[in-house]
Amino acid sequence: MVKVNGTERDIAGKTILEFLAATEYDPKRIAVERNQDIVFKSQYGDTVLEDGDTLEIVSFVGGG
Amino acid sequence: MIPSQKEWQEALIQRHGPDLQERFSAASAAICGLGGLGSNIAIALARAGIGRLRLLDFDRVDITNLHRQQYKAHQIGQYKTEALAENLREMAPYLSIELVTERITEDNLSALLDGVDVVCEAFDDPEAKAMLVNGVLEQFPSVYLVAASGMAGMGTPNTIRTRKITKRFYLCGDGTSDTANTIGLVAPRVMVCAAHQAHTVLRILAGEFDV
Repeated sequence: MVKVNGTERDIAGKTILEFLAATEYDPKRIAVERNQDIVFKSQYGDTVLEDGDTLEIVSFVGGG
Repeated sequence: MIPSQKEWQEALIQRHGPDLQERFSAASAAICGLGGLGSNIAIALARAGIGRLRLLDFDRVDITNLHRQQYKAHQIGQYKTEALAENLREMAPYLSIELVTERITEDNLSALLDGVDVVCEAFDDPEAKAMLVNGVLEQFPSVYLVAASGMAGMGTPNTIRTRKITKRFYLCGDGTSDTANTIGLVAPRVMVCAAHQAHTVLRILAGEFDV
């Protein structure tokens, strides 16, 4: 299981890109942290999620 | 008559104590975007006696900015960098200010943000926010980043808070109130978020890293 923003999800084995493609997240408006480290945008397709990972997806909305 | 730099420093020490003030005076922050968030963050940090601010914005002051941004009627049409620097000098005459009047992109980010302790993300556009956050976290692993998302509308200010996402990445806001689906930005709620960002910067400088 992978914890995504606090919720356990059965997505171990998928890449971050594969996981994101199945969600509503807009890839241009997010930053992804895996186990407390930023995942480089260029690495989304190469980063395979492992059992026990913690993923934090920060999605930005407009306004400032 | 403006007090001398020595008098100014003594007044700050009287308020904050010598240890804290020494940390603030020695520190630098970059403020990316000088709208409702950035102009308020800059004023708070300047008044608190931070040593150096780098102000970054490509845009000019527009009449529609004045409902929430810290500019004046006679500054309409001026570059925000220059107008804000003018205002900050009236509040903190010995603050060191650097102006960058250009658009921050993935390509120039590493050059424009080099040499500061903390970066504040204070953009309006969500894609620009994400670009800056990813860029800073990827290219400046030792810099602290304080970003914001979600401060639009007339909702309660009590949902605006600061979260610590990673060791060096803090995020302020309610996370959801978007300019796209609210009445837009209203001065005090934006100021609440800007205050969270500014105070988080000062806490980092004070060595207080929890939220």
